[in-house]
Amino acid sequence: MTVDARMADVMRASYGRLLAILSSRTGDIIVAEDALSDAFAKALIHWPAGMPNNPEAWLLTVARNRLTDLARRNARLDFQAEVVAPEPEEPDGEDFPDERLKLLFVCAHPAIDPRIHTPLMLQTVLGLEAEVIARAFLLPQTTMAKRLVRAKRKIKDAGIAFQIPDPDSIAPRVSAVLEAIYGAFSRDWLGAGALAEEALYLSALLAELLPDDGEVLGLAALISYTLSREEARVQDGRFVPLEDQDPGLWNRDLLLRGQSYLERAQALGGLGRFQIEAAIQAVHADRMHTGVTNWNALLQLHLGLSRLAPTIGATVGYAAAVGKSIGAQEGLDALMRVEAKVRASFAPAEATRAHFLSELGQSQEAAAAYTQAIALTEEPPLRRYLEAKREALAAKLR
Amino acid sequence: MRYTFLTYSRPEDFANVPPEELGQLKGLFGAYIGALKEAGILVATDWLQPVSAATTVSDGGNRIQDGPFAETKETLGGYMTVEVADLDTAISWAKKCPMAKYGAVEIRPTAMEG
Repeated sequence: MTVDARMADVMRASYGRLLAILSSRTGDIIVAEDALSDAFAKALIHWPAGMPNNPEAWLLTVARNRLTDLARRNARLDFQAEVVAPEPEEPDGEDFPDERLKLLFVCAHPAIDPRIHTPLMLQTVLGLEAEVIARAFLLPQTTMAKRLVRAKRKIKDAGIAFQIPDPDSIAPRVSAVLEAIYGAFSRDWLGAGALAEEALYLSALLAELLPDDGEVLGLAALISYTLSREEARVQDGRFVPLEDQDPGLWNRDLLLRGQSYLERAQALGGLGRFQIEAAIQAVHADRMHTGVTNWNALLQLHLGLSRLAPTIGATVGYAAAVGKSIGAQEGLDALMRVEAKVRASFAPAEATRAHFLSELGQSQEAAAAYTQAIALTEEPPLRRYLEAKREALAAKLR
Repeated sequence: MRYTFLTYSRPEDFANVPPEELGQLKGLFGAYIGALKEAGILVATDWLQPVSAATTVSDGGNRIQDGPFAETKETLGGYMTVEVADLDTAISWAKKCPMAKYGAVEIRPTAMEG
């Protein structure tokens, strides 16, 4: 492996670990980022002559020295005082504490605007450039960069500590971290700016750091299962619904990972939104062995999900399961419980309604609903799928 | 780190509160301030009269007017300055403030350090 490739490897694996260590004491992420990028720049100069035995320890020592320099310079400006530099620590890579969990809690702290939780995590834990994050969030780069800086300043100025929250407040704080990771996962999942890989990494990291939390494991399972179908869900540029996908195209490793996370979550005995969503994925995955989709099991899970987390997405999922396991009319009835105005602005709701109407032989209305769904859809593979459905209806009408 | 809790409420919310309940609220406040003192974190505190008693000086002292600086529905009713380790500790104390129930408590870190 070339030095460049090894450096890229170290960067990816170590960035968040090192940044968490460097910023946890002072709470100043901005200064820690500067020190870390300084260390990476020095590595580019020194490493081609020979990689250090422990690259991570090397980087940490260089970055810490840089932090000390900066602190001394600031101290001199402020007080003209002499500050004694601490002895550089013996590089001992085995004993690094992993402070990334604290960093995750800081990024999703309730004192920080929830809309910036996910971008902040992507930048500080994974080292993603503001430009890449801005693209995924459909924002100009300067806007995203400004928001990230503002959030980091708030973390320092407000004195948000790098610590594991108290037992009496940890549950909502874990939820916020999960929401932020889910935010990366659900971002434009068919588009060029997709962050699914990053979300998988973050969810696996959180599962490693909080192995006894059912919802943490549930989210890791959900993301693993969903990503296992990356290949299968777009064929010839067109979206393929889960129940029509070729299981031969599913990624076995990721399916097994999802299964293992879900089994561990279920062994803990709790119940939560992400676990149910992962369980729904698991039922679909079973088709690989049984050849059929168990719609009755899905109906129960979707019912549970829509009761636990009554979002429009959950209600539409439930209606779709009703339609498959009971009948199109019953599915349509369940869907009609969603307020008409809300339904007409949510593409999956209109697409599902179109499907039911078409099954019930109401082709005119079905075509109109597909047109509405297409108007609400931006991802080209999904649009092509919906357009093909509408075209098939039009052919029937002719 | 030093934080100041600014307590805000709508005076109209207290207009119809019976006197005995107001007395209770005073008692709760006293107990809260006592707890802050006992924890050794209280730096300063005051409870303010309504904005009708306010006088505002501006324009380099050329303008002196009756009333608050800004007319708002929620008004500043008092403050407590505390010295604690970090924001989470400050939040846990602010949650216990009686005004967190009757209005809102804004937590502001000091700008005089560092």
